Amino acid sequence: MKNWCFTGGLVGYILLSSLLVYYFPRSVLAFLAFEASLLLIYYAPVSRAVKLSLATAALVVVLPLIGTINGYYLEIAIQVGIFVALALGLNIVVGFAGLLNLGYVAFYAIGAYLWAIFGSAQANEFIAGGYFPLSQAWFFVFLLLSIAAGALTGALLGLPVLRLRGDYLAIVTLGFAEVVRALVNNLDKPINLTNGPRGITPIERPPLFFRPLLEGLGVAVDPAALYPLYFYFIVLLLLLAIILVTRRLEDSPVGRAWKAIRGDEIAAVAMGIPVVRMKLLAFAVGASFASAVGVLFAAKQVFINPESFTFMESIGVLAMVILGGMGSIPGAILGATAVTILNLQLLKGLSLWLNALRQSGVVFTLPLLGSFDLTQIPAQFEPAKYERMIFGLILILMMIFRPRGILPPQKRGSTKLTTGGSTKLTLPRKIEEPANGAA
Amino acid sequence: MALLEVQGLTKRFGGLVALQSVDLAIDDGMIAALIGPNGAGKTTFFNALTGHYRPDQGEIRFKNRSLSGVTPDRITQAGICRTFQNIRLFGEMSVLENVLVGMHARIGVGLVDILGRSRRFYARENQAAERAVALLALVGLEGKDEEWASSLAYGDQRRLEVARALASKPELLLLDEPTAGMNPSEAEGMMALIEKLIGTHVRSVLLIEHNMRVVMGISHRVSVLDYGEKIAEGTPDEVRRNARVIEAYLGLAKQANHA
Repeated sequence: MKNWCFTGGLVGYILLSSLLVYYFPRSVLAFLAFEASLLLIYYAPVSRAVKLSLATAALVVVLPLIGTINGYYLEIAIQVGIFVALALGLNIVVGFAGLLNLGYVAFYAIGAYLWAIFGSAQANEFIAGGYFPLSQAWFFVFLLLSIAAGALTGALLGLPVLRLRGDYLAIVTLGFAEVVRALVNNLDKPINLTNGPRGITPIERPPLFFRPLLEGLGVAVDPAALYPLYFYFIVLLLLLAIILVTRRLEDSPVGRAWKAIRGDEIAAVAMGIPVVRMKLLAFAVGASFASAVGVLFAAKQVFINPESFTFMESIGVLAMVILGGMGSIPGAILGATAVTILNLQLLKGLSLWLNALRQSGVVFTLPLLGSFDLTQIPAQFEPAKYERMIFGLILILMMIFRPRGILPPQKRGSTKLTTGGSTKLTLPRKIEEPANGAA
Repeated sequence: MALLEVQGLTKRFGGLVALQSVDLAIDDGMIAALIGPNGAGKTTFFNALTGHYRPDQGEIRFKNRSLSGVTPDRITQAGICRTFQNIRLFGEMSVLENVLVGMHARIGVGLVDILGRSRRFYARENQAAERAVALLALVGLEGKDEEWASSLAYGDQRRLEVARALASKPELLLLDEPTAGMNPSEAEGMMALIEKLIGTHVRSVLLIEHNMRVVMGISHRVSVLDYGEKIAEGTPDEVRRNARVIEAYLGLAKQANHA
């Protein structure tokens, strides 16, 4: 009964917020209200099946519909998805295994350049024959290739630095990322591999293989309108795969080994855990996620240059993981979503609003202090400049009041092990939370 | 035949000789104790046995195989597992998970099983969980499997260390001061547990202990270290009467007890 009440409430909320977006397509607040519905679904005391179906409906049906009203929201959703994927990958390295990686963006760059070089005319510069750009169908091949390339480079970086701990490892990974950035920035001579700071464009996008089908159904196909939707669904699928892999690794001997290494490396090795192999695995898995997302990013942007892969990007993703709660999958998702929306929507919205206020010539009158004419504010105090400051303040406050993040990892008693619904684990003791375990 | 044979083990830290040509043999079914004043090199001996330190000289043979150059994780997999004097549990994991970590090398599922969630994965994981619950019951921690390891009482943390070490199915169990910080009745329980383990869960036990009631009560053979050298060895009674031991160790221990 209670279940139905909450389900009804959630459905109502989703519909209401979608209507808000429909009637106020340019309102940031309306879209935020819709985004909040996903958070509500996560927290609502309803069964897992209900949660999953509501979240699926919101992400697969409602959000694309909203995207057809205001394409910008779809762009935001894609960017959120990309950062969530990156945060999930970094969460494996930093959150699970406790290896502070400050150069995570390097693997993202490797994936992006992998497709950018071969998915554009760039590769003709060093491979004769004019085979490039490769046809669009190769995009999916490169998506798989990038996973291998990421894993390989991750393991290669991991090998020499695994004996290092904490701060030392952080510095080495930071250096690695700078090396990668410097390489792509300068490998335009003697052989033009990356086209240097000018970047690479145009990069092929994934094929519209379903085009004949749509045309057969009598739908007019407009690639310009279709591609954002297409990318949105690719991101969604990629995310689904990443979440699945991460969850399965977490609930396994591998995940426990990672957490043990994070907790106490000496004790972990004394318990028979092959620490080097487990650390390499964490590096490789994290790197392969970033690399795959990089391929997607290159195809979506059509243009990439080294500017997209700076140290600040690594720090940004790290901030997402820490903010959400290190070592927690829901935390990484929420952290990445919150930070991306904060950056793309809230702080931008605030800047625009303050700018509008300033230009409208509003005069503030404060008692005792006199009156301020907002048009007189010097350029140094432009609202757009507050963005990073506010973001920094949020980080500081979070670390003071909730140092373990918004959604810190849950305690695991391993009681929730079920064999995919067929036979349940029968342990000689109580099994907690049967409501949540009903998969 | 000895389960473990150590010959001429020497370990130096710069100019300090922590272990000076130590010989030790542990037979099947034996509870052996290693005693000595603080700084005598007992824990260094454990660290060398488990591969955490590389000895400068000497030979360690376990089940007639040399352990020189073998990494600590491999040594654990070969059948030697230890507990730590300054408890080293995984505080941010549950009690049950701590024991499961000890089983890491014994679970026997590969990445394919893990990612594919094969039938074998569930079978092995469930087996592991059941064994972990049984081990927790054995050491007297039943019903606490869902608690954070760091929230356990001190004595319980020591017991959890033992359960975690047992999880790796060791043949030789090394206990570094298993009753430190325990009250007499808890220490009594730990003694009973150690005796129960022989032949059922492990083949032999080597323990470092300061509590003489424990040492004299359960060990079959006692070896005494002082300044990195083995100064005596024998049955508890023999060691108790040994003049060098009294001078080096028991005298000090009595003073320490008064302090």
